[in-house]
Amino acid sequence: MNLLLEIGSEEIPDSMLAGALDYLGTAVASAIKDSSLGVVETFTDGTPRRLVVRAEGILERQPDAEERVWGPAKNAPAAAIAGFAKKQGLPPEQLELLSDGKAEKYSCLRRIEGRPAVDVLAEILPKLILKTPFPKTMYWAGKGTARFIRPIRWIVALLDDQVIPFEVAGVWAANESSGHRRLGAKSFAVTYDDYEQKLFQNYVILSAEEREKRIRAVGVNYKQDPGLLKVLVNITEWPTPIVGTFDKEFLSLPKEVLSEVMRYHQKYFSVENEAGDLEPVFVAVTNTDGDPEGLIRHGNERVLRARFNDARFFWDADQKKRLVDRVADLANVTYQAKLGTYLDKTERICELVLILIELFKNPGAVLDEELISEAKVRYAFEQGGEDFAAIRAARLCKADLTTELVKEFTDLQGVIGGLYARVQGEPEEVAMAIYEHYRPVGVDDSIPETRAGQFVALADKLDSVKGCFKAGMIPSGSKDPFAVRRAVQGVVRILVEGGLRLPIQSLLDGNEQLEEFFLDRIRYYFRETCGFEYDEVNAVLAAAWDDLVDVQQRLEAIQAVRPSEDFEPLAASFRRIQNILRQAQFEGTGAEVEESLLEDGAEMELHIEFEKVRNYIRENAGELGYTGVLAIIATLRPKVDQFFDKVLVNVQNPAVRQNRLTLLHNMLEEFSSIADFSEIVTTSQEMK
Amino acid sequence: MNPVPTFQDIVLTLKKYWGDRGCIIQEPFDVEVGAGTSSPETFLRTLGPKPYRTAYVQPSRRPADGRYGDNPNRLYKHMQLQVILKPTPADVIDLYMGSLEAIGIDLRKHDLKLEEDNWENPSLGAWGVGWQVMLDGLEITQFTYFQQVGGIDLDLVPAEITYGLERLTAFLQGVDSVYDIEWTTGVKYREVRYNDELQYSVYNFELADVPTLWKLFETHEAEAKRLLALYAESKSKRRFPLLPTYDHVLKCSNLFNTLDSRGAISVTERVAVIGRIRRIAVAVAESWMDQQGFTATEEEAA
Repeated sequence: MNLLLEIGSEEIPDSMLAGALDYLGTAVASAIKDSSLGVVETFTDGTPRRLVVRAEGILERQPDAEERVWGPAKNAPAAAIAGFAKKQGLPPEQLELLSDGKAEKYSCLRRIEGRPAVDVLAEILPKLILKTPFPKTMYWAGKGTARFIRPIRWIVALLDDQVIPFEVAGVWAANESSGHRRLGAKSFAVTYDDYEQKLFQNYVILSAEEREKRIRAVGVNYKQDPGLLKVLVNITEWPTPIVGTFDKEFLSLPKEVLSEVMRYHQKYFSVENEAGDLEPVFVAVTNTDGDPEGLIRHGNERVLRARFNDARFFWDADQKKRLVDRVADLANVTYQAKLGTYLDKTERICELVLILIELFKNPGAVLDEELISEAKVRYAFEQGGEDFAAIRAARLCKADLTTELVKEFTDLQGVIGGLYARVQGEPEEVAMAIYEHYRPVGVDDSIPETRAGQFVALADKLDSVKGCFKAGMIPSGSKDPFAVRRAVQGVVRILVEGGLRLPIQSLLDGNEQLEEFFLDRIRYYFRETCGFEYDEVNAVLAAAWDDLVDVQQRLEAIQAVRPSEDFEPLAASFRRIQNILRQAQFEGTGAEVEESLLEDGAEMELHIEFEKVRNYIRENAGELGYTGVLAIIATLRPKVDQFFDKVLVNVQNPAVRQNRLTLLHNMLEEFSSIADFSEIVTTSQEMK
Repeated sequence: MNPVPTFQDIVLTLKKYWGDRGCIIQEPFDVEVGAGTSSPETFLRTLGPKPYRTAYVQPSRRPADGRYGDNPNRLYKHMQLQVILKPTPADVIDLYMGSLEAIGIDLRKHDLKLEEDNWENPSLGAWGVGWQVMLDGLEITQFTYFQQVGGIDLDLVPAEITYGLERLTAFLQGVDSVYDIEWTTGVKYREVRYNDELQYSVYNFELADVPTLWKLFETHEAEAKRLLALYAESKSKRRFPLLPTYDHVLKCSNLFNTLDSRGAISVTERVAVIGRIRRIAVAVAESWMDQQGFTATEEEAA
């Protein structure tokens, strides 16, 4: 049999459709299966006013089943046994005497007649519907009544041609659906077979894919925006795109502001020419069947004009006070109650940028207060250049938070500041650094392009993260109200993708919890974004992670060498060495191997080979690169294998044993600066 | 009605429309408020189990939105037409669409969308879910199903329909600036309202004396608290002046908005001050429930 369930609701928020449909599809399928009504596939569709589940091949009724019923014990009085038999509708001699695991009892099999699917579904569906998970629900029929995303106004529930009788919040399921609010009939009967067609006749396109096609068919080459397209598909039942225009004079406003107004305030697609400049054209998607008189287009054009006028009003008003004069006003803008104002944050960003610049020039520098204040003085007199741009941008980067335009379009923070800096005559590098210092905003966004922008972005994010950890606002599970995870991910990406050799670990003030948090995001980045194997990442990070550019180079080297036949076996041997050293509780003496104590043969040969490899690598490391070094290390494998075949480490003679451990220890230590090879999962290990 | 309705045509038509549908047509509340929701006709009437329907125009003051009469779309004081239907009838959206037809909008020729917009007023301890109603891309109405008012779960869920009268009229008259709206034949909105906009902007942004406003705030807050404490002690609760108490809450709310527009409230303070208003608003709501016998009290039981 075929099931049609349509939950008719008042307008469901667009972002809630997908989740609700996922749930309903899965829940209906498993309810049918759990009720022994068959294994079926469900199909879901949604519009703003309906959540629809369909399924075919449902059994007409549940198969009959048998259940064992237990009665009195073997030694029970005859009357009790007779009573039990009577209750079960059997003569006493037909009872079986069986053990239930504890004692022998009289029992019988009872036949359970399968119930019709329609009855079972009438019980299941109302509960299932009300369990639909939504982030925020409401009640509408009075306190304590059913909750849903918006009021349910009708329900279609059909099993073939039969209505499944149930009620939710006073609404009885029936075979009557409802059409488009203005174009369709208020109420009309449907069957499983004609459902979609009847909807279509009443101006409802059930399939999201079909609605999307109608929007795409606009005939204007609008700027692709999959997120917006999805929203528009989800807020319309009969989408019809229209094309409107606006006055060219608005093009003197920045593209960023115009796009923001169109995209976020009006849900319009913008249109660009081949050079990427905006055309004075937009695409709006209506929820109706056309606009023959142009009234809708005219209305939308007027709204957009008002919006653009507003933006221009703000833009002009903001020019009355320069960014540099706005910095002091940041004392009135709270960043976070425990972390002070945006002026405090600005000061911290400025200092961090200075530190980053110094560390970038001199990676080993120890930065004390004296050095920082010296740098402050130095940069105070310096004009121009990358470093100056970063320091100047750090000073100005938050000043746009006091502007009208940013108050109106918060998503454009930074961007607006950059644009204002430019028109106010700041050097282009400064403007650019302010413009891009919130980047990367998401996984799809790229990091700031300019070095100054990267420094300011790093300082801003590092400050946020360190502040949150200090104030105890540490993300846990899915809770991360201050977007700390995203900030850390941003730091990692800027360092690696910007090729910035900065000592990130040293910048974390020795806060172990914060280091752990960073390590977690670093692992995530190299595994999920860059695609390195988890064991490679673990091996490399275990060696060192202060310099993430270096981490990446070491990872690439491991990835390159790994397929060679000697690498994994050697890694296995290194792990064996580590185990031996750990069991012997040997941590090295700092001494070199005593050659006179070495046994001829395998031990001596390993020693000689190790010396040779070590010296060669030490002399040629620069040219070899990590890949070359790893390749040379891998050549040790035959001698290592031979050593383990022939030589026993734990011998009686303490001096010889000590000497052997030293050999192994020195070798492990020498070669562990690229990666801790014992972290590499080898094939033989995986087979275990 | 005229082919192109004037501002007052629209007001009168909507009042008639909702009056015909069982609404008590109220006049604006006479204490300054930021929205029709703050009027006791909404704030207090939505509490408790008694059905109620009302509609009224509420001039709504938003000091921070003032633009000296220069901006074609932003006003210090705009007019809302507020409708409360408690409980919500199942055909509420059809009724609403009917009201648009009544003022001359042929919905067959326009694009109407209900887009998610949940409403919250933290200083009144009130929230609800609903939509902004978009007509050809213009937000013309806020539609909210109240869930809580004064921190109290509502017995009956009311629908609140709030029309932005200036926008709606500008749309119907096809003008770009609210000041060009025809209020009545031959009289523009500018002639009626420009002086308010200019003078209140000057006061709110430039001349309002911050220490005085704070003093007023504290005076009204103290009076509200004093009265609330008296209510708790009162032996004759039925005649107790809770409605005047609520006036003082509203005074605080408007003073807060004025201080805010004056830039006198930092973000941190903001939360704290909203909390202060909320406390007295919630206390009035609770006392009101008690006074009206919506919750059992010892006095009632005796």
